[in-house]
Parts: sequence; C-alpha cells; structure tokens
Amino acid sequence: MSRLIKHHLFWPGFALVALVVLNTVVRPRFIEISVQHGALYGAPIDILRNSAPMMLVALGMTLVIATRGIDLSVGAVMAVSGAVALTIIDGSDSPGSVGTVLVAIAVGVGVSLILGVWNGFLVSVLKIQPIIATLVLMMAGRGVALLVTGGFITTVTSDPLKYVASGHLLGLPFALFIWVAAVVVVSLVERRTALGVLTEAVGINPEASRLAGVRATGIILGTYVLSGGLAGMAGIIYSSNIMAADANAAGELIELYAILAVVLGGTSLAGGKFSIAGTVIGVLIIQTLQSTILFLGVSSAQSPVFFAAVVVVVVLIQAPAVHRAARQFLQRRSTHVPDITRGTEVAR
Amino acid sequence: MSTTATTPDAGRKPVVPARISEFGRTFVARHASVMPMLAALAILVLILIGAQIHFGDFVNPRTLSALLLDNAYLLILAVGMTFVIVTGGIDLSVGSVMAFTGIGAAQMLSHGVSSAIVIPAMILGGAFIGLMIGVLVQYFDVQPFIASLAGLFLARGLAYVVSLKSIRVENEHVLWLQSTRWWFGDWYLTPTGVIALLTVVVGALVMKYTRFGRTVYAVGGGEQSARLMGLAVARTKVLVYVISGVCGGLAGLVLTAYSGAGYPRNGIGTELDVIAAVVIGGTLLTGGAGYVVGSLIGVLVYGTIHTVISYMGAEQSWMRIIIGLMLLMFIVVQRVIVVRAERRR
Amino acid sequence: MSTSTTEPTKPQERGTDAVVQMRGVTIRFPGVLALDRVDFTLRPGEVHALMGENGAGKSTLIKALTGVYSIDSGTITVSGTERVFTSTADAQAAGISTVYQEINLCPNLSVGENVMLGHEPHGLRGIDWRATHRTAAEHLSSLGLDLDTQTILSSHSIAVQQLVAISRAMVLDARVLILDEPTSSLDRDEVEQLFTVIRGLRDRGVAILFVSHFLDQIYEISDRITVLRNGTLVGEYAIGDLPRGELVTQMIGRELDELEAISVSAERPIDRTVAPVIKAEGVGRKGVLEPADLDVFPGEIVGIAGLLGSGRTELVRLLCGADRPDTGTLSVHGKITKLTTPRHALERRIAFSSENRRAEGIVADLTVAENIMLGIQARRGWLRKVRKQEQDAVVEEYIKALGVRPADPNRKVGELSGGNQQKVLLGRWLATAPELLILDEPTRGIDVGAKADIQRKVAELAEQGLAVIFISSELEEVLRLAQRVAVMRDRRQIGILESSAVDVDGVIDYMATIGEGSVA
Repeated sequence: MSRLIKHHLFWPGFALVALVVLNTVVRPRFIEISVQHGALYGAPIDILRNSAPMMLVALGMTLVIATRGIDLSVGAVMAVSGAVALTIIDGSDSPGSVGTVLVAIAVGVGVSLILGVWNGFLVSVLKIQPIIATLVLMMAGRGVALLVTGGFITTVTSDPLKYVASGHLLGLPFALFIWVAAVVVVSLVERRTALGVLTEAVGINPEASRLAGVRATGIILGTYVLSGGLAGMAGIIYSSNIMAADANAAGELIELYAILAVVLGGTSLAGGKFSIAGTVIGVLIIQTLQSTILFLGVSSAQSPVFFAAVVVVVVLIQAPAVHRAARQFLQRRSTHVPDITRGTEVAR
Repeated sequence: MSTTATTPDAGRKPVVPARISEFGRTFVARHASVMPMLAALAILVLILIGAQIHFGDFVNPRTLSALLLDNAYLLILAVGMTFVIVTGGIDLSVGSVMAFTGIGAAQMLSHGVSSAIVIPAMILGGAFIGLMIGVLVQYFDVQPFIASLAGLFLARGLAYVVSLKSIRVENEHVLWLQSTRWWFGDWYLTPTGVIALLTVVVGALVMKYTRFGRTVYAVGGGEQSARLMGLAVARTKVLVYVISGVCGGLAGLVLTAYSGAGYPRNGIGTELDVIAAVVIGGTLLTGGAGYVVGSLIGVLVYGTIHTVISYMGAEQSWMRIIIGLMLLMFIVVQRVIVVRAERRR
Repeated sequence: MSTSTTEPTKPQERGTDAVVQMRGVTIRFPGVLALDRVDFTLRPGEVHALMGENGAGKSTLIKALTGVYSIDSGTITVSGTERVFTSTADAQAAGISTVYQEINLCPNLSVGENVMLGHEPHGLRGIDWRATHRTAAEHLSSLGLDLDTQTILSSHSIAVQQLVAISRAMVLDARVLILDEPTSSLDRDEVEQLFTVIRGLRDRGVAILFVSHFLDQIYEISDRITVLRNGTLVGEYAIGDLPRGELVTQMIGRELDELEAISVSAERPIDRTVAPVIKAEGVGRKGVLEPADLDVFPGEIVGIAGLLGSGRTELVRLLCGADRPDTGTLSVHGKITKLTTPRHALERRIAFSSENRRAEGIVADLTVAENIMLGIQARRGWLRKVRKQEQDAVVEEYIKALGVRPADPNRKVGELSGGNQQKVLLGRWLATAPELLILDEPTRGIDVGAKADIQRKVAELAEQGLAVIFISSELEEVLRLAQRVAVMRDRRQIGILESSAVDVDGVIDYMATIGEGSVA
C-alpha cells in the first residue's frame, strides 16, 4: 500500500478521481455519456475534447521545464499559428478544400516551429534566462499575430477546418486523437530513445552533463522547438473551435495553466525528472475543475479565482515549511530540530 | 620547511590596491550599475531626436506633457515592480490588481460610497494581494513566478466577480484627478501625473536612504549573505510585494480616473509592459541592481515609442513587436556584459 | 619538524577568562552523532586552529558557535555568561562573527556599504552616506587597508573581499572572529597580508578561531590547536607542543597501513619510447594558468601536487576540453589536437573526473545505473539507446568491481555516501573505456575504506595500461601512486619530480623554495 502512495502519480491521480467523484455526487448526470448520430456525447467527452489545446501546450511545457527552462510564449505562438493558417484559408480560392486546409495547417505549424527555434536559440546558444527569452516572444508574438490578421478577427467557413476541433472519428472527438497521438509519440521518443534520460540529466545538473559529454545545446533547443510546434497545433485547434483567428484571445493565460498542469502532475519547476503522464492528469484536473466551476454557475471569466486557490493549495502541499511542520507535528518533538534544511550541509 | 617572512618586493604586485588613480577605472568601479540606466537615457534622447527630425514637431510641451498623462499608471506600476525585481523576484499580478482595484472602486463609487473610503480601500486591496504573494514567496518558498501567478488569477477573477462589464465613474473627486490641468506656460500637469511623479520620488528616496531600501539591494545581491549579515530579509521580501500591490492599487485609481470607468479587462498583459520598461531602464532581472529613476526612463522610452507609432498612423500591434525587440536587445547586452565580467574574474 | 621563522606570539591574556567555553556539547542528526561531548576553549588574544579531517565535526562545531545549529546537550558560555543560540543573530549579538569561505557579503554593493550594512549612521534625512563611507574607511585603515570605499565590492579580488568581511566583523565589535578556510583562494602574498591583519587583531585581544587544512599555514599563524576526530575531541595543544607528524596521526588515526601496500605498484617501469597518450606543450590560459608542459605515457600515473589554488585543477581542465587553452598545443598519441568540449575529449578517450562531485559530477536524482551509463549514452547520442541487457551487464560489472554500496543500480545517486558516489563516478568514466583518466581529488571527503578501494583500483588500472593524471591535496597519496609528480604553485608549474626520488617533505620544500627570491 505504501508503495502505491509513494508512486509519483498517486496524488495527482487521487485528486482527479476525487474531483470526478465529487462532480458525480453533485450532479449525477456528469458521467452520463450518450450516443447520438454514431458519436459519443457527454460531459466527460467534452472535457477530453476541450482539453486538446492545453494538453498539447502542457506536453511541450513539460519538457521545457525539465531542462530548467520555461516557455511563456506558447499563447502568443498559438495566436500566430491561428492567424497564419486562417489568413491562408481566407485568402485562398477554395477555403473548403482539404488541400487548402492541410497547407494552412502545415504553414501554421511550420511558422510555430521556427518561433520555437528562435526561443531555443536565445536560451541554448545565447544562454539568456528562459523566462526573459520567451517573454520577448510573448510580447512580440501577439503583435505579429495582430499584424497578420490586420487587427481584425478573421473568420472563415471551411468544413475541413471545422472538423479538426469539432469532428468525430470512430465516435470520439478528433481533437482527442490529436492529443493522444502527440502524447504517445512524445512519450515513446523520450523513453525508447535516450532523449528522456539525457534531458533529465541536463535539467538536474547541466555542468555534470556537459562534462559527461552530453550535447546539452541540441537537447535544450529541441525542447523549445517541440514546444513551439505543439503550441502551433494547439492554435489550429483553437481557431478551428471558433472558426476564427482571434489574435488577442487565442491562448490567453494558457502558458500559466500549462505550467500549473505540469506542476500538478509532479514535475518540479526546478527541472530534472519529468512525468508526461502526470502532466496529462494535471490538464484533466484543470479541465474538470473548469467544467465544475461552469456548472456551479460561475462565469468562466471569474474562474481564475478558483485556480488561484488551486495554485495556493498545490504549492502549500509542496512547500518544505509545510513538510517540516507536518513532520514535527507527527513526531511531537519538543526539542528544536536543527535547521539543516536551510541551505547548509550536514558534515560528511 | 620554510615560511618566509616576506615583505612584498618592489617588483611584485601590491597586495593592497592603492587608490586607483585612473579616473576611468574608478568611475567604472564606483558606478558600474548606473551604466545601463545611462544607456537607456541615451536611447530615449536618440528616439526623441529621431522623432523630432522625422515629424518636425514632436518635441513640444503638449506631446511631452501628454507622455506623463498617458503613462502615469505605468510609471506607478514600474516603481513597485522595481522594488520586486531588485530583490530578484517578479510580480505578474500587477495588471490584474490594477484592474481589480479599478473596477472595485468604480463599483463602490457607483453605489455612492464616498471617495474618501474608496481610495484607501483600493490601495489596501492591492496591498492585501501583495501581502499574500509575499507570504507565499518568503514563508512557503514558492517561486515568485508561481506566487504572483496565483495573485494574477485571484485578482483577475475577482475583477470579473465585481462586474463582468465596465462601470462608468461619475464621482467628482475621481474625475477631478483627471480633468484638472495645471498649466505652466504650454506645459501641463495633472494630479494623476503628480501622483506618479511623487511615487517615483518617494520610491527613489526609500531605495537610497532607508535601511529597508538597502536591504532590498542586499537581498538581490546575495540573500544568504544578507541574512547572515543580520538584515531583516524576511520582512523585506514580503514588503516589496506589498509595495508592488499598493502601486497596483494606486495605478488602478489613476487608470480609472484616466478612462472615466472601471473595466475588468484592463491591464491584460500590462505586467509585461511594466517588466519591459523596468528592464529597459537598467534594472537587472537577476536582481541586485537597478534604480527607480531608471524605470522612469524606461517608461518614458515605452511611452515615446507608443506616441511615435500613433504619429506614424501605424497599427498599435507594432508596439508589442518593438517593445519586445527592445527588451531583447537590452537583455542581450546585459548578458554580454555579465559574460565579460565573469571571464575577467 | 616545522617551526615558523616567526615565533607565535604569546597570547596577551592568559588565564581563566576564556571568551568562549564549550562543555560537553553534543549534536545529533538522524543516523549521525556529529559532536560527542566535546569541550572547547577559546581565549582572548589568541589564534586557535581547529583541525580534523572531513566529517570530524569541525563545521558542526562552528555552526553550533554561530547559531546555525542548536545543541542537543552541553553548554556554551560566552564571556562568562551561558548562552543559547537560536539564530545567527544571537551569535552575532554575543560578539561572535564569522567569515566564511564564500565571503558572505553583497557583491553588488560598495565596499563601504558592505562594511557598514545594517549599521549605517543615519538621521532624520535617512542614511548619511558621507558618514558611512568615512566610518568604513576608518575601520578599513585600522586593519591596514587603504581602499576606495565607494567602489563596488565585486571589482576587488577575493582576498580583498575577505579583508572587507573581516573589517565588517570588527565594526560589529566582535570578540570572537571565526575564519572558515580563509586561504583557499588566496595566493602567497594575499595570505601574508591576511596573516598580518590576523596578528593585528590578535594583539588587540580578539580571539580568532582558524579553520584550515593547510598544515603549513596553521603552524605559521596559530597559537593553540584543537583536534577533532569522528565528532570527539582528541586534544587541545599549544602549537609548539604538537609536531606535524603527530598532528596528522591524531587526525586520521592509524589506518595508514592499508594504504602502504599500494605504493609497491608505483615502482613499475614505464615505457617512455612510445608516443605519450597526451602531451601538453606550453598550454595555458590568460589570467588562469601560466603555460605548462605535461606528458603522460600509457600505464603511467602522473600526480599533480600543489596547494589549493596553485592551478592544478585549472591545468587538467585544459587537457580534457572542460576549458580551452589560449596558448600551447595538445597532442594526443602524437597528433596535434584541439579539444574544444568535454565531448571531444571523451571521443578521444580522455575522461575527466571533477573535484566538485556535487556540482560537476553526480546527477543526483538519476539512478546509479543511469549515472554510470551517462558517459556512454552521451557519446552514442540520444537516438541509440543502450539496450537494457547491455546496460545491466555494464552497470553490474562496475558496481561489483568498485564495491559500490548499496549494490542497488536503481538507487538514486544522491542518496549514497560521498565515497560511494565517487565510485559511481569512477564507474562512469571507466565505462567509457578511456586511455587517459584524469582524477581531480577523487578521495577528498570520503571515508578511509573507500579511499583505499579507489586508490587500489587506480593502481590496478594503470598496471593494465591506463594512463592516469591524479590530483590530491594529500601528498602521501600522490607519492604513493604516481611515478612522476608535477608540482604547481601560484598558477604556475614549477617542475616535475620522479616520485621515487622524493618524500613528502621534499616535495613541500620544492614547492616552497623553487623560484622564490628569498629562502628561509
């Protein structure tokens, strides 16, 4: 039993299950899934579908964070990708053709990959602090997206595009397949190749990794490129959802939710060991929470208040001060415990 | 085995550095941290000269007075942000706090609450959120990024809880802050502008002449050392976030007066503009160096570029791009300087 | 026998008025008894050295005195009053000041401000900067320092920064000054200046507690010495009453014999007619190392001796791509090569084990297996992951050969003791099948048993043809293992000795006298 509890996915998983149970108790219809026109519908299905953009962004963010970095530009990249793709569709002669949409998506994601290279270059080659490096694109990116759309919200009518976010495949939302595929591919690459271990090594101890011959530059660059590409795809899904490119609203605050999901899933912001499964659970927790909040009648604009509480609870649970207090309480020590955790080393 | 009782020979390098005679080296060793600020000032001057040449009538009292008027809220936020960043932290909540206190005030005023109560309440509201962030950072070891993120979420959400739509302000005192102009020839000042300038002055004086201000620098330069030196590190780290929150409240007041309404969507992304202005003004994001006056210069650079873009009739989306690129430029230069210094050691 | 040419001055006040008296002090950590009923006395006007190997309890004792740790039993009395320190502020208030190795000042502030920080003269209009700088300058000059107090602290050398830190201690009216490894980063002249300042303070009645592992310096500056071993007090002596040899014996006990057996293998003949595995000619780096020469032949162990700060690590880092030289050439197997990164070096079969195990060696959260495999995997690149079977075989081989305990490949390396961590690192480098292995202080801070294991392994490997460069602060160790010893001082190489031709004192003499203008 204690082995189960110590597993790094236990608490996130428990939280998710608890959340689902709570929801079901309050509104039994929550887990109701119905079949209509050969497709599944219901709250759980909605959650799985709506979490697609955040899943993709959080997936990329997990790897960036593992290298001790952070990518604040993902929202802006989403906006750029959507703007580029929809401008192509809008400007083409056949916006409804699959070919056009595929080209638009390819270009959108391609641009996002380039933006990822930009970020990666600043961080891994110029060695600029990730928070600052990606801050630049976070600002400039939205400006670029606005320029592309000319300041307007470009709307299009295109069935192939609509299919991305709203279509169904084998009865399940297509968007679900997109993120599941991304998660599976990235997980396989990270664990079947040595990329995962090397990424963790770079995040845990960059200097030791360098001395051991690890090519940190390439690895770090790669994580930002991947993050950019995934954000690009997320932007396509977002635009498909509203059938428009809204450079201001696309991906608003998503970087913060993605970081929260990664932290919820057990990956430390300090870098090192990461868990993609944990991030997936983290995103599902956030999405379920959002669904719960909406159900409670709270406007989605006001939901950040709840997430503030979530952030606080999560960090409190992880805070060393709380651990110390809990330990002292459980051991009921009356003598002062030597403060060996405050940056001092036990004599070896 | 020998331990020689040596006295340094004449040819050896003197162990105790004599008074550094070259003026250049003294100057750099004394004022190294001022250089980035001077660079920002130089850039500001260059932009003004360039704009003057291009538009012909850019540098005039009307435009420059408007600079202060339009960017008063940003200036106030930048002062608070400077305190936070010098300690090595960051505060992402300022834009949302500004919006929350603004809409909160508008709501209260529209219900007839006196401005004598509303204004302090706004500032207290901002202070409270800042206190929450500071406590999380100092006593629970939460990274400032995450802690202020929680503050951002809280403030933004609360702003929408207060009202989903904008609320007009008709309170005479608040409107007075905005509509009053004090003329000095062709130049003018508004009460909001004065508030902003006062904030700058107070901030600068506190940083330079109080123990608290020096502790802020010490924490940024070496928190562990500051603690061992007996400074009140914990209190200081919490206080800087409270100050930032207070500035958020004050900026909310100023912005509400400026636009004549509270709007829950105010300030989205403003924290980035503030951070950019502070960095451009010479404050190091890693902490330990920076001046409030530098942030003033940074805000002026920001505001001037904004005005130039308006004059050019270009879309404001260029604003984001240019500021982003300027930020990048400053950061790269900061990085080059750091690398050079490290190599020398 | 060592005596300094200047006799240690007798302390001003002898007698019962000890400024610090620790009686029966015990400190326990989970699983470790760090201090066991230790008595310690510090008198005003004396320089008192605290000696002991790593893990003896030196730093624990200091942390008890400075309020970082609280004691589990026993008493601490300062100037006759019993004290309980719950924070560093308490200790400071009692007049105990510490200058640590890492100079706990603020490098971004001015010299004057650092001296006066927290105690600046101020009035109604806030801090009076003129008075602050004036007062700071006064304090500095009372120590014999003439500095521009308005300059930023970071623009000065470490040695100067340290003196500023001591100045600050005096501002706080310290009666006890604790200096923790103050000379690690100083050159000879800077050490002299520091000692002049220390003597001045001692003559003013300050009690100075001096922690260092440089035996020569201890003998030069101290009046009394306290030796700790394994958390217990071994003895307290006047410096003249304790010869060097006896001190060393007291510090490490009698486990020397185990290590004696290894020295036999050092007397092997080396074939120097083949091309050396590596040859460095005039290799140096501006501001870091004067051009030096070194060559190592297959099967040879070349030791590098010198005080900390003499440039040993800097030299070997230039030989393995960790740093890049400005001058000189490197040849590997006779071919001129540029080693631009550690990866390059590893590709040419040169492996480097850093002295800083924690920061540059272990990847703490990864397992023993992953740490051992890191070098191999890094060279293969991320795409070609080593197959599990192969990995298991390699890992098991090295765990067994090096005696890693616990012998669990899935344990996180961060949980192992220092000695076992070092073994894991050694395994990593050996797994890359190097032809040249550079070991920087591989036995520092680890228990004697692990020390012996590692030295035995290195000797074994050299016998089988591996070329080794071996750095250690313990000269006995170097002479025991190496065929030749390169001697460094002050970032300069001063010579290469045949180890069979010298003993420890001989090397120390060589270090101290060659190239110096004046001689004892």
